[in-house]
Amino acid sequence: MSSATIKVDRREFLQSAAAGATGLVIGFYLPNRIDARAATAEAVTFAPNAWIRIGTDDAVTLVIDKSEMGQGVVTSLSMLMAEDLECDWKKIRTVFAPAAKEYANPVFGMQGTGGSTSVRGMWMPLRTAGAQAREMLIAAAAEKWTVDKALCRAENSQVIHTQTKERLSYGSLAEAAGKLPVPSDVKLKDPKQFRIVGKATKRLDAADKSCGRAEFGIDVRQPGMLHAVVARCPVSGGKVASFNADKAKAVRGVKLAVQISSGVAVVADNTWSAMQGRDALEIKWEEGPNAALTSAAIRKTLEEGASKPGGAVARKEGDVTSGLASAAKKIEAVYQAPFLAHATMEPMNCAAHVRADGCDVWAPTQFQGVNQMTAAKIAGLKPEQVNIHTTYLGGGFGRRAEQDFVIEAVEISRAAGAPVQVTWSREDDMQHDFYRPASYSRFEAGLDAEGWPVAWSNRIACPSIMSRFFPGSVKDGLDSSSVEGAAELPYAIPNILVDYQLTETGIPVGFWRSVGNSQNGFFSECFLDELAAAGGKDPYEFRRRLLQKAPRHLAVLELAATKAGWGETLPAGRYRGIAVLSSFGSYVAQVAEVSVDKKSGKVQVHRVVCAVDCGRTVNPLTIEAQMQSAVVFGLTAALKGEITINKGRVEQGNFDDYQMLRMNEMPKVEVHIVPSDQPSGGIGEPGTPLIAPAVCNAIFAATRKRIRRLPIRAEDLV
Amino acid sequence: MPFEFVINGRSTRVDVPANMPLLWVIRDVLNLRGTKYGCGMALCGACTVHIDGQATRSCITPISEAAGKKVTTIEGLSADLSHPVQKAWIELDVPQCGYCQSGQIMSAAALLAKKPRPTDAEVDDAMSGIICRCGTYQRIREAIHRAAQMHAAPARQKASPVKKANKPGETAAMTDELAANRATGVPAPPAAPSGRARTPVAPQTTAAVGAATGGAE
Repeated sequence: MSSATIKVDRREFLQSAAAGATGLVIGFYLPNRIDARAATAEAVTFAPNAWIRIGTDDAVTLVIDKSEMGQGVVTSLSMLMAEDLECDWKKIRTVFAPAAKEYANPVFGMQGTGGSTSVRGMWMPLRTAGAQAREMLIAAAAEKWTVDKALCRAENSQVIHTQTKERLSYGSLAEAAGKLPVPSDVKLKDPKQFRIVGKATKRLDAADKSCGRAEFGIDVRQPGMLHAVVARCPVSGGKVASFNADKAKAVRGVKLAVQISSGVAVVADNTWSAMQGRDALEIKWEEGPNAALTSAAIRKTLEEGASKPGGAVARKEGDVTSGLASAAKKIEAVYQAPFLAHATMEPMNCAAHVRADGCDVWAPTQFQGVNQMTAAKIAGLKPEQVNIHTTYLGGGFGRRAEQDFVIEAVEISRAAGAPVQVTWSREDDMQHDFYRPASYSRFEAGLDAEGWPVAWSNRIACPSIMSRFFPGSVKDGLDSSSVEGAAELPYAIPNILVDYQLTETGIPVGFWRSVGNSQNGFFSECFLDELAAAGGKDPYEFRRRLLQKAPRHLAVLELAATKAGWGETLPAGRYRGIAVLSSFGSYVAQVAEVSVDKKSGKVQVHRVVCAVDCGRTVNPLTIEAQMQSAVVFGLTAALKGEITINKGRVEQGNFDDYQMLRMNEMPKVEVHIVPSDQPSGGIGEPGTPLIAPAVCNAIFAATRKRIRRLPIRAEDLV
Repeated sequence: MPFEFVINGRSTRVDVPANMPLLWVIRDVLNLRGTKYGCGMALCGACTVHIDGQATRSCITPISEAAGKKVTTIEGLSADLSHPVQKAWIELDVPQCGYCQSGQIMSAAALLAKKPRPTDAEVDDAMSGIICRCGTYQRIREAIHRAAQMHAAPARQKASPVKKANKPGETAAMTDELAANRATGVPAPPAAPSGRARTPVAPQTTAAVGAATGGAE
């Protein structure tokens, strides 16, 4: 579809798509890198909906309207479409969708990828799209054979006449199918008949990613494109007071130095020259209100926030005050989690070309819907004049839901009058992030005389992501993302109070893989472990009994414990910890096997057994990969991750002072899937929150020391 | 200043400042974008290329040091994804976001050229310099051992059985039919846009490459 086609509403779009078959070839828009891959574009005649294109050459092109950042959507969404389409998997090509309202995420209403929503949101739309196309191809074949549709069936990109066994390929039917009305009511396959969905299926993008051919945002090149880097104020909220670019402009290759909203951009004919030019800039910053901010002051702010009376109530059951008063034993604890950077391996970048009549943006982005509006506003254009070309994302983790890198590219291109790619250095990326919020969590709980919990009080203080991102969703001071993973405590405790004090710190915060669950999962699952220990109970059996009315939690807990051999003897020096949490519609339990060097405090995680119930599965290979991925992401944070602030500046800059888990520290991760016919849950995020509590609970088993702040520090262990 | 070197088998001459890192020459001057920028300080390994067969961080290697040498990038490892490391990577479904994988693959290829049957510890030693934020380490380790097997078996060996989900009885494994489809189901490569060196990729074949074709160096 051309960008002009895409403006029309869905009905018009479908009609025009069908009209295309009458001889008018529908040229449909294909993002940069993939237009060549879908070299069949000229042959496209059948486009029954926004996602499926079948050419007269039999090629099937599937439009992927979610961002591929490693979580496997190119493959899993193709599987959903191919299943009901009954197409030959070998003939599939994929393209990334342009920005268009057809592609709005059904879960949050705007085109974007996040919240582990891709399979959850697209299960029905994509299966329906496949079934629609299949039924139209069958109808076209039935017309050709002048038989009843009921005598035709589809299989492997062919329609088969069930009596004569004649076959017609999808390609040969494409033109005729395109003339038929799009059926509004189609029958989806019975899951028992699935050939693709639920089967271990290898990634469609593995080859491109094994030879350097996959195009990431940073790899975009356009004729006449210039390269830019930006000098930004080191203090969050600061701005340029004045600058002198004479020396920068003297650097070989530098074309332009210009002030933009985020700082001073240096534009050159290659990235390195732009970086050299930036080093030569002389800038005076107006550092603004955060110029003296320190991590210690932020900790104090959060602590004070947690001490204020009357937080926004996220969960209230029974009466916590009387529950605590009646308790035989009371336990209190304070837990803390730090700011964290996303540190995607591909640093932030974006290319844009602003012209008088339109704008192209090439971006590794998670939020095309907003990118389009953002770019239009800056360029003085209508949103439909802005083409968003989505590339592969070298990691996303929530960082690429932001607009800053897009804003910079569009502003610089407008100023330069040329296509410009802005590239962030690793230090830029580390020091100008929207960080995972630092969080402070105070617990008070009571146990009865038998050691079972009767009251659970949890006060959370942290900055709010939603009040910047979706301000309308914050009601009465409650940001649901700040309390997720805490408010849904699944344990049978008669008196529960979880409340929240929205506490800003001056540091910008954003979505970070698993969002609030990443802190609250750690807090709640460690504090629950404290209760088990205080009541003299085994942490697994304690959870088991309290989860009797939470069957899906219980099932993953039991599966993880069984597969890990909970209760069986371990090699000397190894200890187990367990944790369970539901997030993004899925249920995950992990058992970590850990050893601690009691002299150095060094923690080694040897094995992680992971059980997951994500409802109906699409691709078990992806589920396994995402659980491994989540363990690495969460373990990196637990063992190493901390962004600290001094004089308003982020103190970390690169992978020397913000370290990543490396291969020699990789535990063996085993993944077990609970079979389920429940609706699909998410898979990109739900494994992340569990590893920190599983490891910290194992550390307690090893050392009797409770880790109540992350990252895990040797000084807290020995 | 002009510098001459061989890149992926072709003699090349570039006129750039002597201190310009090889990474940016490769990416922005020679337009070979499979080699990635990740940190600029040799901390992450995304920029790894081979210089005279040695795995080298191109982000801290000035072009002057590459002069007169043979540089191999991911694009030069094989013309058709036939290097055992690439074959193993695809077979074991290693990449996630994929950004670090050029560096991982170049490091693995250099390791196998020196140590055809590395132990886990040797794999860890050689590979711990390359960060993967997605956490593909476990499959990388398996894939290196798989590539070593391919390396060691020059006969027309069959590909190893399709990797199954490791939850017996809980989810169906790939059907034979699907497995067969997968063997050739890799999307065709795009044609070369704007001068970027791209070579057609043959369908992933089940025949192993001979030892002679394994290892770029």
